[in-house]
Amino acid sequence: MSNESTQTHQVEHHFVDAEHQFDTAKMGMWVFIVNEILFFGGLFCAYIIYRTWYPDLFQEAALQLDTLWGAVNTVVLIGSSLTVAMAIRSVQKNQIKGLKINLLITIALACIFMVIKAFEYFHKFELGIFPGSYYTYAGIEHAQAPIFFSIYYMLTGVHALHVLIGIGLIYWIYRRASKGEFSSEYYTPVEITGLYWHLVDLIWIFLFPLLYLIE
Amino acid sequence: MATAEVPKKRKLKVKRFKPVDNPKHTYLTDEKGLWAWMTTVDHKKIGLMFLGATAFFFLLGGILALLLRTELLTPAKTFVEADTYNQLFTLHGAIMVFFVIIPAIPSGLGNFILPMQLGAKDVAFPRLNLASFYIYVVGAIFTFIALASNGLDTGWTFYTPYSSTDSTSSVIWVTMGIFILGFSSILTGTNFITTIHKLRAPGITWGKLPLNLWAIYATSVIQVLATPILAITLLLLTMERFMGIGIFDPAMGGDPVLFQHFFWFYSHPAVYIMIVPGFGIISEVITTFSKKHIFGYWAVAFSSLAIAFIGFLVWGHHMFVSGQSPVATTVFSFLTFLVGIPTGIKVLNWVATLYKGSIDMKTPMIYVYSFLFLFSIGGFTGIMVGALSADVHLHDTYYVVAHFHYVMMGGTIIALLAGLHYWWPKMTGRMYNEFLGKIAAGFIFIGFNLTFLPQFIMGSMGMPRRYYNYIDQFTIFHQTSTIGSYIIGMGFLLIAYYLAKSLFRDGERAPANPWGSRGLEWQATSPPDLHNFDHIPVVINGPYYYHKPMEEFQLGLVDFHGAEVEESEKEVDMSDEKEWVNYNLD
Amino acid sequence: MDRIIGGLFDFMLPELKSPLTGASSDEIMAFIHIVSFIILGGVTFAMVYFAIKYRRKSDDDETPLITHHNQLEVAWSVIPLLLVLIVFGWGYQGWLNLNTAPDNAYEIQVTGFKWGWTFRYDTGAQIPNEVHVPAGRPVKLVMKSEDVIHSFFVPDYRVKQDVLPNRFSTVWFQAEEAGESQVFCTEYCGTSHSNMLAKVVVHEPEDFQNWLSEQAADGGGTPVERGENLISIQGCTTCHSTDGSTLIGPTFQGLWESERTFENASPETVDENYIRESILNPSAKIVEGFQDQMASFEGRLTDDDITDIIEYLKTLE
Repeated sequence: MSNESTQTHQVEHHFVDAEHQFDTAKMGMWVFIVNEILFFGGLFCAYIIYRTWYPDLFQEAALQLDTLWGAVNTVVLIGSSLTVAMAIRSVQKNQIKGLKINLLITIALACIFMVIKAFEYFHKFELGIFPGSYYTYAGIEHAQAPIFFSIYYMLTGVHALHVLIGIGLIYWIYRRASKGEFSSEYYTPVEITGLYWHLVDLIWIFLFPLLYLIE
Repeated sequence: MATAEVPKKRKLKVKRFKPVDNPKHTYLTDEKGLWAWMTTVDHKKIGLMFLGATAFFFLLGGILALLLRTELLTPAKTFVEADTYNQLFTLHGAIMVFFVIIPAIPSGLGNFILPMQLGAKDVAFPRLNLASFYIYVVGAIFTFIALASNGLDTGWTFYTPYSSTDSTSSVIWVTMGIFILGFSSILTGTNFITTIHKLRAPGITWGKLPLNLWAIYATSVIQVLATPILAITLLLLTMERFMGIGIFDPAMGGDPVLFQHFFWFYSHPAVYIMIVPGFGIISEVITTFSKKHIFGYWAVAFSSLAIAFIGFLVWGHHMFVSGQSPVATTVFSFLTFLVGIPTGIKVLNWVATLYKGSIDMKTPMIYVYSFLFLFSIGGFTGIMVGALSADVHLHDTYYVVAHFHYVMMGGTIIALLAGLHYWWPKMTGRMYNEFLGKIAAGFIFIGFNLTFLPQFIMGSMGMPRRYYNYIDQFTIFHQTSTIGSYIIGMGFLLIAYYLAKSLFRDGERAPANPWGSRGLEWQATSPPDLHNFDHIPVVINGPYYYHKPMEEFQLGLVDFHGAEVEESEKEVDMSDEKEWVNYNLD
Repeated sequence: MDRIIGGLFDFMLPELKSPLTGASSDEIMAFIHIVSFIILGGVTFAMVYFAIKYRRKSDDDETPLITHHNQLEVAWSVIPLLLVLIVFGWGYQGWLNLNTAPDNAYEIQVTGFKWGWTFRYDTGAQIPNEVHVPAGRPVKLVMKSEDVIHSFFVPDYRVKQDVLPNRFSTVWFQAEEAGESQVFCTEYCGTSHSNMLAKVVVHEPEDFQNWLSEQAADGGGTPVERGENLISIQGCTTCHSTDGSTLIGPTFQGLWESERTFENASPETVDENYIRESILNPSAKIVEGFQDQMASFEGRLTDDDITDIIEYLKTLE
């Protein structure tokens, strides 16, 4: 098994060399990203259909979402994408310290995102805007109001789950970096985790205008 | 796309590596013991574990089928209550589709064969491959929890609002189980796509890729693109049941027909996840046992991709009478016919392959013949239910039941049996009893037709599917069908018997290449070494070049692991195809 | 000619009783059957013939290298394509006809529920599980579901349409002669899906008018008679017997003033309020040994209806 590990024998037996292994891992991640996009695609599809059916509902209900905090979260996530990119840059230059610092900043930003998200959720729960049949808020006239928030909770909830998984992955990378497993010669896990994190960021960039900025 | 192990230089030094019979070291003798198996990252062992798990579920699904056929012996109650019957057909469908047919060929046989046909030592991500298996197991456990509590009575299609509000069975456990199972499918697909792109032995160009791998490639693409939609659909259904999010609930402004769109957007392509790998097996077996080049290699290869692509655009043909928009219905019907064309092309190319061949009617070939006949019937009746006005009459009757059994069982399961018998010597190093093999194939063919031909007739006469009671006029058809199902059951028992028997001490040992195939997987020993080949194979001929001598299929890199140069060493030029294809080894 | 050859497959179909909707379906089915049998016969013959003619004689058999044949590939792509285009056009035409009810069609309102059908006429008459129609005149059914998805299927007429809870769907046919035809529910809807049957009863036009005028608008008669009619129309009797046998729910016989024990509430004696609650909020008290399966009839029954039903239940001792 290859992950028990010093830097030299990271090439598994079925690959020719490190470059071959790196290319393969990257391609695998891209295929997985396509799958992730389709996963969210299903939810976006539900969003589009219900927005077409109930356009006024979406305009009215979107007012309940806090655009300011949504925007802050967007900036936070874009920032974290930047630090992940910098982390990869650091490891390519063999700057392990830079790699670790950037990873930690990324985790911190991701946590800030989650905290803000939690505040948004709790604020809604206080109003009685629960998902589905637990919805009790009377502030929106529209009969299908729960549907909007069901879609909102599904989209942001599944996204938040991805953020949590991302935090776990980046922490795992940080631990491995601390053990000195990465160098400019071998940093495949850093690269593919970075790809994953960019995807999480990208999905939020779609979610934010679609949910918060409905005119 | 750079193939895996082709060094930059144009000429490769190769020598002949002839596989020995009765190898001392195989993947079965190395890394023995339960723990070694459970933690293995060897694609062959994982493939066998998948095959074992699917065989277990096939037994379970098969027993359910026999029970529900038995219940249908008489028009009213025979031996179970209506609710039990509803559970029987639901679980039979769900288990057979999600736990047997979808994983059996790609994750089971495919896992074993794919790296060997590529001349690779393993799949691209071996640990991910093992994870796939355990994810499958977790999904199975969820389903068993459902079975142990209230079962499932929604039909395998989970139509809302019945599944979301009315059913009192354990819908959430099953949907979560299948949600988890979906990740197994996605990861396997991801793994295979990457493997086929990145781990091909020197010389395996896209034009020399075995058709089995083209089929698995097409399947993997569908798995990656369609399964996430199933995942999200089942997640939404789970949430619907769990806290009534209302997206599919008419009472809250949601739409139950939307669920059907979501469901079939996965489940129609899933039909191709089930059948396309079967096409791959047929191409391999039919060439081997007619000792001939496949007729129309590119037609067969690209038709797999075409089916995969068009397969995404036809989901609405399950919904012709559901109340979807008329425009959608028209378009879906039209596209449905287009998907029939590449399928027809395949069948005709296979039959043309037989022309002037040297046809050996061994057990796998008998299954190929069964497949061509049964699958053709499945295809033609598919055209029937694709035709709009005919479908209005036939939709949700036994005609449809018979149609998809001709495709799923007459197609996929029969192809799986062909593949299982074909690769059995490679996987186990043993030969099964050829005579019993033929008898069992006969049982299954006869039993199958006896079971499902009457269903075409009674369906067309108006017998609806999923009926516990039925009106008297259908009795004779149901009884014939039930008898047929018992014959199928006997066939499978016979197969289980002689395959198990071959594994015991006295089982006849298989040579490395019992069928004289030109496929790369047959150039490993039987059973293969832990790392498949102890050299890096070099491929200069396509997998169906039966006009070339066997020696030319046994080449491997000389300068690997510092192997000594032998006299038979030759140089082959890998840059100019014309030159090295005609290279004569002698 | 077409009909004669197509007739070979007539044994597979029930007698066609609504040619205006079914004739085209029958023709296309016959066409596909004939073409399929010819091609299947050809393929099977070729397979078997090759297997015999080219059987392996020795392991050293040499076979010719035949890799492909472009003209053949084109031929067996284009010919099937043309055939399926014909089938598509034909099927589409028939389907358009099935979806376009004639303007003069006689309209009947249909409600599907777990597990039965109610047919409402413009006179206000409501009939459970039997739809009476005039012969020789197009009939259009406007259908909706009270609960889950059902599907209305009459094999004799070759028509089928899903019945949905959140929108209306329609189906039409024209039975030419007096007689009866079977109706099936063809969308799986739970325990008694296979008992969700109905009959189409076709009358000669004048008989139909007589029959219709005999049907009272609101069930008519005394409260007890109206109550009896209601529990049949509303499908109560699919789950609750009136003769003491146990179906999906408890029987109505002997219900009145009996002692009840519940899964989820303390025991009580059956009275007006208990019955009212059981109809409008069935989940509140589940009788021991039964499951929470019933849907609320809120909005489907008026207070007067419920009073009538109670009057009827009192008579079932």
